[in-house]
Amino acid sequence: MRVGLFVTCLTDTLFPGTGRAVVTVLERLGHQVDFPAAQACCGQMHFNTGYRREAVPMARGMVAAFAGYDAVVSPSASCVSMVREYYPALAGEAGDGALARAVAEIAPRTWEVSEFLTGVLGVTDVGAYFPHRVTYHPSCHSLRMLAVGDAPLRLLRAVRGLDLADLPDAESCCGFGGTFAVKNPDVSAAICADKVAAIRQTGAQVVCAADNSCLMHIGGALTRQRSGVATMHLAEILARTEEAR
Amino acid sequence: MSTPVGGPHPAMPTYLGMPAFPAAAAVAVADSQLRANLAHATRTIRAKRAGAVAELGDWEELRAAGKAIKDHTLAHLDHYLLRLEENVTRAGGRVHWAQDATEANAIVAGLVRAAGTDRVVKVKSMATQEIGLNEALAAEGITVLETDLAELIVQLGHDRPSHILVPAIHKNRAEIREIFLREMPDAPEGLTDDPRALAAAARAHLRQAFLSAQVGISGANFAIAETGSLVVVESEGNGRMCVTLPETLISVVGIEKVLPSWRDLEVFLALLPRSSTAERMNPYTSIWTGVTPGDGPREFHLVLVDNGRTSALADGTGRQALRCIRCSACLNVCPVYERTGGHAYGSPYPGPIGAIISPLLRGIGSPADASLPFASTLCGACYQVCPVAINIPEALVHLRAKVVDAKREKIISPERTMFGVSGRVLRSPRLLAGAQHGAWLGGRLVARSGRIRRLPRPLSAWTDTRDAPAPPRESFRAWWARTRGTR
Repeated sequence: MRVGLFVTCLTDTLFPGTGRAVVTVLERLGHQVDFPAAQACCGQMHFNTGYRREAVPMARGMVAAFAGYDAVVSPSASCVSMVREYYPALAGEAGDGALARAVAEIAPRTWEVSEFLTGVLGVTDVGAYFPHRVTYHPSCHSLRMLAVGDAPLRLLRAVRGLDLADLPDAESCCGFGGTFAVKNPDVSAAICADKVAAIRQTGAQVVCAADNSCLMHIGGALTRQRSGVATMHLAEILARTEEAR
Repeated sequence: MSTPVGGPHPAMPTYLGMPAFPAAAAVAVADSQLRANLAHATRTIRAKRAGAVAELGDWEELRAAGKAIKDHTLAHLDHYLLRLEENVTRAGGRVHWAQDATEANAIVAGLVRAAGTDRVVKVKSMATQEIGLNEALAAEGITVLETDLAELIVQLGHDRPSHILVPAIHKNRAEIREIFLREMPDAPEGLTDDPRALAAAARAHLRQAFLSAQVGISGANFAIAETGSLVVVESEGNGRMCVTLPETLISVVGIEKVLPSWRDLEVFLALLPRSSTAERMNPYTSIWTGVTPGDGPREFHLVLVDNGRTSALADGTGRQALRCIRCSACLNVCPVYERTGGHAYGSPYPGPIGAIISPLLRGIGSPADASLPFASTLCGACYQVCPVAINIPEALVHLRAKVVDAKREKIISPERTMFGVSGRVLRSPRLLAGAQHGAWLGGRLVARSGRIRRLPRPLSAWTDTRDAPAPPRESFRAWWARTRGTR
């Protein structure tokens, strides 16, 4: 299958290791991965903050970059939900018929990496090895917009050596919320404090998720507290093998 | 009699001049007692609701039915309201139309005076909180006694409600005991903070008022057009005292509360109690139709209030908020509400539903109302539990765009400049690559072992409590270009 990697601007800029990990996992499973360099940002931050007008050309750039792939795969549930849930409305609002047709073409083939692996490829064991205690934070958009369900947990359970710890109150938000984190910093930090306390309670060495944005938020508080708990994107755990140790 | 046509954005008098959400929320978040009370209460009720909903195999079908009935009714609101008026009138009641809070309050004040009294007992009601009825009646020399236990606590404490269903959720029982001892002249000596003792003290305090009141004021959860019947759903029975004992009953009801028929009510009597109190059925459901000689009030007045509802109805995305049945399930699951409580929302409607319904009813003219759509992480927990499937995140981002667009032509805004510039950079792979290199260079100046602990405003709002990651030397796209070549 010819896969277009939708790496997202955040992962591209700040967490390139996650993008490399997605490439590693998909190639290990025998798929051809391409990174269309014309991609930039999906426009979610602009859209969610009220700058819809600015988001429209960003959406046009995205759908143009990904035309013609069998599947578009991304390490961000949040950015995938932007494409699948909000691009159709955005195109309609802009009165852009060409954009609407391109969205209708691409949105149903755009997948977050865990739902792509389990749902489209039907794989749960990707041959990974990661001998550490790990807890999983189900990010809000993976859980409630994409409804990936237990796909990430099934992938983690199949990782050899991995000790999976249940996260108390797992389905609660981490308080990131995009620009919410700086527009309402006090509330955001208060929500994050409870998430971080729950993570530390598990005794996990690593907390993982399907969104680097939430991990950046949680990780920012974990290092500020000098907790010693690391953050890793789910794909980076799935990319680890005994050889790579 | 005027027709049910709405006016624009009237004010909620008691909430004028409230600060914007971030400032009010910061104060609330710093109150550790408040946060402890809220965390305990919301987590308890959240778990109970989940259990009550899980008992029903057809919850999603019920939810879809609730949504469909409300959407149909709202699409034909004029028809059902006139039908309601016709049937209330036929049953011996009188219908009054109020375009805004001022009109509604004046109608009620006139009716109370006409009844020859200056004391009324009141059923807990969101519509009367919204229009500031108690304050308006007080200004006319009329004393209002709230009879819902939690509303009574709020009233005695000279406070504001902070939750739709549990207005005193921000108070624990020790604080309630103090309020009773301080404000209730007939509080028994040696009152403890045992919930039963507190309830008994309130019961004794209210009993005399019920027996002597000439006028009762209520809202309504539902108004059935088919028969002109009004429905109040409650837990304590105090509401039933208010709607049966006084000679005159005045019900103040938002125009979106109408339902076509009794069959429709069935759906909502299943959805509402499980969503709000996690009960299979609420203890008291009072239903009345006009007046019945020799039984209950001799006079019944229905005041139908618009107060911004027709403006909300005109908003294609926002109108779904008018489906709300005020269950408060969205408050109990909201990560923001759990930390701030209700007062920060500057409206009797707090939490996720408040963040959309207050700006829809009042407009986005004030700093407080313009800040409300941003008072959410967009986590979607509210939408998931809403019994009438209001897509609150969708309405929030829609209202955010309205706030941004309203400011576009008016003022120079650093935020808008930032979003304009970042929009141009983030849609151009070439400019993005340049910015990534710049970010790495900038990060080298401020990062220590891969973390940035301090950034200038406005990003200091992040680094005040959280580290930021240092941008890596090589972005993903640079790595790809170096190792795989540009394809």
